[in-house]
Amino acid sequence: MPQHADRTALPAFRTEGLTKTYGTGAAAVHALRGVDLDLPAGELVVLLGPSGSGKSTLLNILGGLDRASSGVAHFRDLELTAMSDRALTRYRRAHIGFVFQFYNLMPSLTAEENVELVTEISETPMDPAHALDLVGLGSRRHHFPAQLSGGEQQRVAIARAIAKQPDVLFCDEPTGALDSATGRAVLSVLRDVNDRLGTTILMVTHAAATAAMAHRVIHFADGAIRDTELNASRLSPEEIEW
Amino acid sequence: MVSPAHLLSPLDRKLLRDLWRIKGQAAAIATVIGLGVLMLVMMTGLVNTLDETRAAYYDRYRLADVFAPVERASDRMLERLAEIPGVRAVEGRVTGQALIDVEGEIIPVRARAVSLPASGAARLNDIFLAAGRMPGPGRDEEVLLLKGFADARGLRPGDRLSATMNGARHSFRVTGLAQSPEFLYTTAPGEIVPDDARFAVIWMNREGLGAAYDLEGAFNEALIALETGANEAAVIDAVDRILKPRGGLGAFGLVDLPSNFFISEEIRGGRKNAVFVPPIFLGVSAFLLYIVVNRIVQAEREEIGLLKAFGYSDTEVSVHYLKLMLTIALVGAAAGALGGIAAGRAMAGLYQEYYKFPFLVFELDPKSFVTGFATSVIAACAGGFGVLRGVFRLAPAEAMRPPAPADFSGTGRMGALARRLLDQPGRMVLRRLERQPGRMFGAAIGIAAGMALSVGMIGVQAGFARAIELSFTVLDRSDAQVTFTHAMSDKVIYELGRVPGILEVEPIRVAPVVFRHDFHEHRGAINGQSAEARLARAMDSEQRPLSLPEEGMVLSSTLAGILDAAPGDRITAEIREGRRPVLEIPVVAVADALMGSPAYMDIDALDRALKEPGRVSGAYLRIDSDQAGNIFRAVRDMPGVAGIALKADMRESIQTMMDSGMGAMRFIMLGIAGIVTFGIVYNAARIAYAERARDLASLRVIGFSRAEAAFVLLGELGLIALIALPLGAAGGFGMAALISAAFSTEVYSIPLMFDAQSVATAAVAVLVAAAVSGWLVKRDLDRIELVSALKTRE
Ligand SMILES: Nc1ncnc2c1ncn2[C@@H]1O[C@H](COP(=O)(O)OP(=O)(O)OP(=O)(O)O)[C@@H](O)[C@H]1O
Ligand SMILES: [Mg+2]
Repeated sequence: MPQHADRTALPAFRTEGLTKTYGTGAAAVHALRGVDLDLPAGELVVLLGPSGSGKSTLLNILGGLDRASSGVAHFRDLELTAMSDRALTRYRRAHIGFVFQFYNLMPSLTAEENVELVTEISETPMDPAHALDLVGLGSRRHHFPAQLSGGEQQRVAIARAIAKQPDVLFCDEPTGALDSATGRAVLSVLRDVNDRLGTTILMVTHAAATAAMAHRVIHFADGAIRDTELNASRLSPEEIEW
Repeated sequence: MVSPAHLLSPLDRKLLRDLWRIKGQAAAIATVIGLGVLMLVMMTGLVNTLDETRAAYYDRYRLADVFAPVERASDRMLERLAEIPGVRAVEGRVTGQALIDVEGEIIPVRARAVSLPASGAARLNDIFLAAGRMPGPGRDEEVLLLKGFADARGLRPGDRLSATMNGARHSFRVTGLAQSPEFLYTTAPGEIVPDDARFAVIWMNREGLGAAYDLEGAFNEALIALETGANEAAVIDAVDRILKPRGGLGAFGLVDLPSNFFISEEIRGGRKNAVFVPPIFLGVSAFLLYIVVNRIVQAEREEIGLLKAFGYSDTEVSVHYLKLMLTIALVGAAAGALGGIAAGRAMAGLYQEYYKFPFLVFELDPKSFVTGFATSVIAACAGGFGVLRGVFRLAPAEAMRPPAPADFSGTGRMGALARRLLDQPGRMVLRRLERQPGRMFGAAIGIAAGMALSVGMIGVQAGFARAIELSFTVLDRSDAQVTFTHAMSDKVIYELGRVPGILEVEPIRVAPVVFRHDFHEHRGAINGQSAEARLARAMDSEQRPLSLPEEGMVLSSTLAGILDAAPGDRITAEIREGRRPVLEIPVVAVADALMGSPAYMDIDALDRALKEPGRVSGAYLRIDSDQAGNIFRAVRDMPGVAGIALKADMRESIQTMMDSGMGAMRFIMLGIAGIVTFGIVYNAARIAYAERARDLASLRVIGFSRAEAAFVLLGELGLIALIALPLGAAGGFGMAALISAAFSTEVYSIPLMFDAQSVATAAVAVLVAAAVSGWLVKRDLDRIELVSALKTRE
């Protein structure tokens, strides 16, 4: 169980000079241009920034889905940037939950089975049905992704991510496709997970107002952190102006 | 949700649903791989069964190992033969030539009369009584008739039979029909083609037959069984020495028994076929399996990335896809194996009838199962793991993204030209070819392999037809062939020439001979023919007549192959009749003969070598068919004529042999080749559809018509098929060569037919298969639900 300790004392992620370059030569895209980051465990962090600024790229590297071009990234005492593929797989399996920008559900599995896909290999799984209840889709358990709306697919993806009760949850625009009511519901699930389980959450969003519920807001621009602010007082999701 | 589903892990449920989703395609590829395995299991099982059955038949009915014909030897000689080291059992019997009158035939049918032991079953060369009963003791007018002949002529137990033996006419009653391992195939002396209807065997009591041939208390053929491991050649030498003073005609081993020669060639041909042809089919199937599994796994790239993102290890992901690949491969292989057993059994049953085995020893080849399954599994795994390794190399983040849009920088000029000439859908077709040349080329190669198989099999059908056509209209232009009872003065040629209706006569002198060259040995005959023959001709591979020189011998290519001889080599020829000279003859040329494995010499040169000038043993005739009846009557009444055979009958017999014996396999193989070819094309269509469904739905959404969307898909398929055609034709050449060689035996050889017509037929088949497959996927395309197709990959 992730312990709910003094969050400033235990850094979850620490990076130094993290860069990521796609392609080479004239066609090279510098997605990250030197990211220095220190994230304490247990925080709910919101990442804001314009499209193409490198938010997803950062999440992918911290989540062990991609490799940095240079720089160092640590999770607790693990040096992610030095780990083998096998070790990264173990890391993702043991610690990380994802909500992807493009949902990424298995088309041939039902909502519940998509969740089970993750709880199956987790050591601290939630009941998949319960996870779906949390996102308000208990009654749609046996539907296939093709039978769900975009927002519903997004919620299945969230249920899938929280069902393994990970130490860290990466959410790439989890509410992008949702109306305000469901968006709020999803956010309160995330907030709840963060509060009750102490799960560190790193959430990318375009809805700037969402930042009000975070412990920490990181402004991202052009592949680097432009500035970081700490919220002295946080709003509950219900209070957020959509 | 049914409860058993809950016992399965979500991944296994995904597996089942994925299989269900691609069921049409999975079934098509399982069918193709299954047919490859089926061919292998069936062919090897069939050949093993025939081989084992023959061996068991020979064994159970105690077929002799050595046959020793002699003019006349008293029964006491048998004891001396039995004393030869290595001899296990000896039996003497009486056998003789007979002529049987058959209703509707002007010329009596030649027959062999064989004695039955006075009491009890024969110790050697026993017979199987298929119908009726044995002749009663002392009932010399009762005979058994060879079942094959009786069936061909509609004779039954109880029928009467009149026969001429040793110049005297006898009237017999058929008491039963018999089969014998000695007479699986019957060939009239001097003819090369076995024919049930034109040669009979009758069995009768020893005393009666002995009396008919003046052989009371004597035998004129000794049957000898060898101990295991005995030296057959040494025994034959010893037998010849002992029987020489009694007029020994030369003992010979089982290999030289005509019936055994034919059945052995059939089985040998079948075995060669089983070694070469099924692996070709299996190889093509395996290649397809490889390609399709490759593409199926490629299509799962995003899912693989996702599983990796969740923390599934490479091994876990591999196992999941391994199950998918193995399910298809193993279901296909298992169905193929079962089908192969069933087909092998069914075919063996048909062959049992054709080869006249009284029973069948069904024997599969365990190796064929191992090979079939291993090939399927390896092909599937190679196809799957190749992709998986590639995907595992990618970071999960990258794998989860759809493959990056292609880089067009390299195709600028071609693209610009295409842009001007083609409409949008046309450009989409070409663009895909540019973008994923590997995939398109792989699909084209797959179709080409299927087409090559069809080209090869169609070519082989044409090869069989060509073999007959060439043999009976080009090489041999005669209408009939007369055989004499023994070598006669060539005056008979002039007499034949005077018969009204006989338009042309050409002499032939056939001398039985053992050829030797290096370590190679072959028992056959030298055909002495006119140097500039007009009817039965030796021809080179371009069908140019070869004139026979004064010196030397022309070998058929089959014989040259057996003896490993080429023009310039000297062949030892031991003549096995008359004075039995041993000759050293140079090979001067190689001829393309398609029936048998003859050697040709100038008839005068042969007669000189035999020191029997002016002798002929038969004649080729060209006749006026309107006068056939009169000609037959005239020929029948000429002294020394053993028989006359019409080319048309011989042609029919060889056709029967090709169509009912091992050659019949070509029809089954053609059918399988057709299905495999279709399966491959259909798979290509399904893959193209699966990979394009979302694009096509997008096209429809943005306003393209059904026809335009279909054009993108069918255009792609058509393009692949067109690319495949020349490749398939080229591959077909190799296949045709391999397969026709595999079908060739010493009885007949199948020329390589790689003609425009075979290629065109196969090409049309591929295009039709593409059209049908296209139509099948177009139906799916028309039914596609735009919204759900856009939502999910499928
Ligand atoms: N595989 C790739 N190859 C080349 N460039 C890439 C690749 N993936 C991302 N990029 C580029 O890297 C930059 C950062 O991309 P990233 O997806 O991190 O942006 P983002 O901040 O998540 O944007 P958005 O808010 O639109 O999702 C972009 O310019 C993008 O085009
Ligand atoms: Mg993004």
